[in-house]
Amino acid sequence: MSALLEARGLRLAFGGVKAADGIDLAVTAGEFLAIIGPNGAGKTTFINMATGYLRSQGGQILFDGAEITGRSPREIVRRGIARSFQLPQLFSEHTVEENAALAIAARDGIWSPFRPLLRPAWREEARDLLDRFGLLPAAALRADALNEGTRKLADIAMAVALRPRVLLMDEPTSGVAASEKMAVVETLARVLRSSGVTAVFVEHDMDVVERFADRVAVWAQGRIAALGSPAAVLADPEVQRNVIGIARPARATGGRAADA
Amino acid sequence: MRGLRRAEILIALLLAAAIVLAAFSTPWLRFVLTVALAKGVAVLGILLLLRAGQVSFGHALYVALGAYAVAFLAPRVPEAALLLPLAAVVAGLVGTVVGLFVSRYREIFFGMLNLALSMVFYSVLEKLYHITRGTDGIRVPAITVLGQPLEGSSYDWAVFAMALGLALLFGLLARAYLASPVGQALAAIKTRETRLDFMGVSPRRVLLSAYVLSAVMAGCAGAVIAMATRHVTPLLAYWTASGELVFIAVLGGAGGVLGPFLGAATFELVRVYAAATVADAWGMILGAVLLLVILFARGGLWGIVAARLGRRRAA
Repeated sequence: MSALLEARGLRLAFGGVKAADGIDLAVTAGEFLAIIGPNGAGKTTFINMATGYLRSQGGQILFDGAEITGRSPREIVRRGIARSFQLPQLFSEHTVEENAALAIAARDGIWSPFRPLLRPAWREEARDLLDRFGLLPAAALRADALNEGTRKLADIAMAVALRPRVLLMDEPTSGVAASEKMAVVETLARVLRSSGVTAVFVEHDMDVVERFADRVAVWAQGRIAALGSPAAVLADPEVQRNVIGIARPARATGGRAADA
Repeated sequence: MRGLRRAEILIALLLAAAIVLAAFSTPWLRFVLTVALAKGVAVLGILLLLRAGQVSFGHALYVALGAYAVAFLAPRVPEAALLLPLAAVVAGLVGTVVGLFVSRYREIFFGMLNLALSMVFYSVLEKLYHITRGTDGIRVPAITVLGQPLEGSSYDWAVFAMALGLALLFGLLARAYLASPVGQALAAIKTRETRLDFMGVSPRRVLLSAYVLSAVMAGCAGAVIAMATRHVTPLLAYWTASGELVFIAVLGGAGGVLGPFLGAATFELVRVYAAATVADAWGMILGAVLLLVILFARGGLWGIVAARLGRRRAA
């Protein structure tokens, strides 16, 4: 199978720290690929490079056969790569419904100054989307009034509203209460599979990885240390010692949403 | 919220009727209210930028541009119905060029760049005496309104009607714009600008659209002020004039399109009456009013009205 999203020899260093030290990765259309690894291994940096937020210092990124290295976030998202954030990036003064409608508007064109954002068609689509994420009860709430789990889902729903072909998710379950985590993941998997979205997600919870991922890539110091099926990779003693030993239980990390 | 939006229209019509009545009953108020309506239109532009969390301390630039456009063009085109759109075009063109530049900046940098540009224009108006007659200003010659050579109070009424018409037109336009996806994206610039980029929307272009619209509104306001006062001076572009627009925006409240007009009417009336009764202290009175609004009514005058309506509706 050909790769939908492909990184070739991607490099980026922050001062002396190599956040990406020759990343080669091919994401196949339709798969769910998990990225695991200790904090500071360069997982978010990879997402930031693939979405145009950070410019790589070497190597290439290809999407659907075309090079997108160095393109702007706007151009990349219009080509079909959307992302969600470790810290949800919602429009806090808008309701959840308006947040979703803004994403739909961003996709379909915002330049219609004489028609309201919450026009019937977009309102209906927004409510349908929220329904699929189980967010309908929160539709009328302001985004800054939500709990972390709901914010997280709303953040992902906004990315899905863009109808991407590839969705990059930075720790979709961090901050979600442990008791809700599996339900959130089930919801996510159902929505993404039904819309045929290819997903790449950074994850610290190995139960989620086992359940959700088709393949796992292990990041270590800016390199991919291991790549394969969850069963094979998670059974690797090296991975168990270096990644799972550190990362389990999953730690909530602070910092800015799009930080490295 | 939707009930409030409908009430907004009703209140706008009531306010318009009250203004017309006041202008009828007290002739000298007609001029004050014409200027208040014009300033309300300019402040409406400030409100659009406030939605994006940006404050311009230089929008008097566009008021002055509109006013000087009328003063310069009136000898050649002595017709209000042509001068008004011409002033709007001049302000809109300059607003586009300046907007392409300032829409890259946010907050204090946005505010100060606007201030700086308006002061450059002020200096130009003041120094180029042989063209602009410096601080003496330019007298606007008599102009026709829709082909009618009007005199005295009928001319004043025509300019008043123009101001009221512009207020209603731009009020409706701003209202539709703010409810539209672009207007909502404007508010999104304030809370999470980078997310817009990751959704494929250019925040700069969104802000630019509001900026150009605000420049056009200020230009129209300037044109009306020039026609009402029949005299333009560089003071129109001075930084205190820009500050006044921001003052009125805060006073009136940024929550709805009626805020600027409530603010402008209150501002001008307080100024006129305060200047007549306590000539030395009117600045202090205005300052105190602003302080009270900031401390006790963050939503401004419109915020007070909206809260009362909301309570009545809930009860």
